[in-house]
Amino acid sequence: MAAIEISSVSKSYTGDALAVDNVDIEIEDGEFIVLVGPSGCGKSTLLRMVAGLETITEGEVKIGGKVVNKKDPAERDIAMVFQNYALYPHMTVYNNLAYGLKNRGTPKAEIAARVNEAARMLELEPYLERKPRALSGGQRQRVAMGRAIVRKPAAFLFDEPLSNLDAKLRVSMRGEIKHLQKRLGTTSIYVTHDQLEAMTLADRLVVLNGGKIEQIGTPLDVYHKPASTFVANFIGSPAMNLVEGKLTGGQLMIGDNSMQFSSAPPADGPVTVGIRPEDLQPTTGTGIKARLDYVEELGATRLAHCMTDGERLTAALSPEIPLADELTFAVLPEKVHFYDHATGKRLSNA
Amino acid sequence: MQAVQSSFYLEDPFGFSATFVGFDNYIDALTSDYYLHVAKFTLIFTILVTFFSLALGLLLAAKADDVIRGSSSYKTLLISVYAIAPPVAGLIGMMFFDQHIGPFVKMAAWFGWDMKVGINYFDTAFAMITVAVWKQIPYNFIFILSGLQSIPVSVREAAAIDNRSRFGRFWTVTLPLLAPTAFFLLIINMTYSLFDTFGIIDVIVKDKAANNPITLVYKVYMDGFRGNDIGGSAAQSVILMLIVLVLTFFQFRFIERRVHYN
Repeated sequence: MAAIEISSVSKSYTGDALAVDNVDIEIEDGEFIVLVGPSGCGKSTLLRMVAGLETITEGEVKIGGKVVNKKDPAERDIAMVFQNYALYPHMTVYNNLAYGLKNRGTPKAEIAARVNEAARMLELEPYLERKPRALSGGQRQRVAMGRAIVRKPAAFLFDEPLSNLDAKLRVSMRGEIKHLQKRLGTTSIYVTHDQLEAMTLADRLVVLNGGKIEQIGTPLDVYHKPASTFVANFIGSPAMNLVEGKLTGGQLMIGDNSMQFSSAPPADGPVTVGIRPEDLQPTTGTGIKARLDYVEELGATRLAHCMTDGERLTAALSPEIPLADELTFAVLPEKVHFYDHATGKRLSNA
Repeated sequence: MQAVQSSFYLEDPFGFSATFVGFDNYIDALTSDYYLHVAKFTLIFTILVTFFSLALGLLLAAKADDVIRGSSSYKTLLISVYAIAPPVAGLIGMMFFDQHIGPFVKMAAWFGWDMKVGINYFDTAFAMITVAVWKQIPYNFIFILSGLQSIPVSVREAAAIDNRSRFGRFWTVTLPLLAPTAFFLLIINMTYSLFDTFGIIDVIVKDKAANNPITLVYKVYMDGFRGNDIGGSAAQSVILMLIVLVLTFFQFRFIERRVHYN
């Protein structure tokens, strides 16, 4: 168990733009950090640099206070869980779990004790003598987890470990990973492109885009105060509505609709306005007028896709609310997010 | 089939008459000192050629795999070496071991080794094995390299995290995953050493003084087509066929069980 410090880390492949661009993250001992972003945002590269599978072009990675830039992966005291499990196909489950310990000269009795303990934790005991090919996807994933656990490393690194599983299994494995991590208290870095996985697992989220950090924060922080239009759009499903508006004094214009703000929002001029679908509620009073385009039923909620002055708005409504062709939505002023029209950065908190 | 039939007959050199002699041809072959001597050499030859061509192919492939991982032009270049016909390889090899201009002979002379290929039994055997190995390395190289490249990158990476020793990883993870390729190559290489080295041997020992090392296949040819002993030659070829059959059977039976297929 150890803290991990990533300071000013960059990665460039010859002749290419930076895959990871000057990233700083401080991870506390025992923390569960999730790196999330679209494919190609550099999240896996960053994880692999921590693991030692990629060289670090610039900057420093410290694990437990020691710089590990030049160390081999096996010397970093980390364990990694791969997307395709990366089990040794020619070894039994027992040997898969024991391999890392054997190579570190752990006494036989202790290996057996640790492997059995991990197998019990992961309910793998009946399968110890099987080869990986005789296991299901979920079981293989458990073996991969077990291989990490038995080592009792300073940190777990997860590289999209659940993306090869079917949806139902993914949800239950997600719970198990979270549970195990809390129980063992091992510092963890988890990479995923699935924002739901990121939200549910993380103590803190790191949202990456184009090799740069867009935002670091707790899942609720990131959800309720997205730092940029990118984060606003990426975190949350259905995605936040982002429409063009114009501010004059305390008044916001979205097309022909106007909203008055008592606590004055930031500078006048064109802005990008963000509103979460669940914050749009139909009203009989004044508000944003929209024409209903089509409806998606999700059971517990209903997504109403609307158009207002050429902008698309999605509202998440309770199925009990009657729908009409013309709808008016009210929004609480504190639920409206303002972003700089040009840079997409969040404008001081409204 | 004709070979099996002829092996029971004693034929005169011009093919005018044939006498049924039962198993005499087999008994003659198997009790002949010379035959057993050739068989012994064939065994040593096969083991050495198979071992060295596999080992060197593996070494080169493992090194190349570290360097290239995907550079296709480099691979094509290496593969093209295989497109040399055995007699040509034998000829090129002979040039290396030529008494007057051969660089290997000159090199050996520096170390005080007066190499006389074609005269001295051991020297000829040495040249024969060297050329046979040299000819087979590219073939093994191609298969082992593609075998190495089919091992998932993430499995190697997982091993890199679990084991700091490069050699240890190679021995415990890479090599076992290569086993299907290696098993296939083992059979191919034994067949190669037994039969396909004919061209190389022919170039090396043809028109040379007697008492040069030859393999069983070459003896079949010598007895049949030089000695005109069709029956004896046929008997030997049947024996050879049986040996290969038994060998292959044992390989599948005992070695394949230890091979892991994905």
